[in-house]
Amino acid sequence: MPDATGLELLAKELGDAALETVYYRSRATVLVDPAQIRAVLAKLRGQGYAFLASVHGVDHYPEEPRLGVVYELLDMSRVDRVAVKLRVPTDAPRVESVTADWPTANHQEREIFDMFGVVFEGHPDLRRILMPEDYEGHPQRRDFPIGGEPVIFTRDEAKWLEARE
Amino acid sequence: MKRDPMRVQSLNAAQMLRGSAISGPNQSAHLEGTELERYVQERVLTTTLDKTVAWARSNSFFPLGFGLACCAMEQFHAAGPRMDIARFGFEAFRASPRQADLIIIAGRVSIKMAPIIRRLYDQMLEPKWAISMGACCSSMGVFNNYALVPADKFLPVDVHVPGCPPRPEALMHGILKLRKLVQDDPDMGWRERYGAVGTEEAPLPTSPVVPTSPREHEERDA
Repeated sequence: MPDATGLELLAKELGDAALETVYYRSRATVLVDPAQIRAVLAKLRGQGYAFLASVHGVDHYPEEPRLGVVYELLDMSRVDRVAVKLRVPTDAPRVESVTADWPTANHQEREIFDMFGVVFEGHPDLRRILMPEDYEGHPQRRDFPIGGEPVIFTRDEAKWLEARE
Repeated sequence: MKRDPMRVQSLNAAQMLRGSAISGPNQSAHLEGTELERYVQERVLTTTLDKTVAWARSNSFFPLGFGLACCAMEQFHAAGPRMDIARFGFEAFRASPRQADLIIIAGRVSIKMAPIIRRLYDQMLEPKWAISMGACCSSMGVFNNYALVPADKFLPVDVHVPGCPPRPEALMHGILKLRKLVQDDPDMGWRERYGAVGTEEAPLPTSPVVPTSPREHEERDA
């Protein structure tokens, strides 16, 4: 991990793309402007963070902007990690895809699209990856109803039938 | 008492049933009236063909060999030496649904997996039965979320085995319950059991009229 000072220096390199830095429990995080994510990752790759270890989604409900995407970068030679985060609102959840630069992001961006509904612009094949193609909704969003089909046990069958009427 | 060889015994029995006298040292040859009737009743079992067929079917289930999650581990153990469902004739796990007549849905069924399982079930030959093993495919258990679907939603389940996962004893109990069911309702297919008559995808073949007498032959040819 870069230390707190190292993180500030890194953020300075990124210029106005870096909105906020968090250094917490020896974990370095940069919050960046979603419009510039591709340029940010390219710059960090130039700094030695050449391995994209993970891309994942977060739902910060009820905060706004709600949806987050986290890119975990790793510098293999120094064994040094930095997390790059961005936040997008649910009414326009659009982020530029980084698949062209980092082929590993292909399936992971598809998964974030599937589970959270973040649209990655410029992705070569943005389809659902885990859920069926005709599934409606994005099930990992926190306002997605928990529980699937109601199960009618014999003991409370009468209650269900009553509720239906 | 010196016993007759098997061949002689069976000949004697056949003669006795025909009502003719038996010669030889066999004691039963000299029985008359009610004693003879009692002798026959003690040795001859009568039943219906349906019951015999159900008895044979229910004691030789061929389960489809497939599992979906941790329940499958318990299912293997039911076939292992400790539980040994081979005692009851259920050990022949078939690799093809064409050869199986019992499907044990052992584990959690995801929405994407459900059509595949339904397809396997449809490929099995009648008569066929289904056991839903474990909480996940009965009530979705701890995975009560967007990804799973209970087995009742896509195929007719005959026996639910509760547990998470059920022990092999529980599965064995479930299979024995199913055996009881098959013996009690010999000729009910799953469509009759679930009131699903008329849901066949293809129309049932109508049996051709087979002429049985020369006159019928002539009528058909005319």
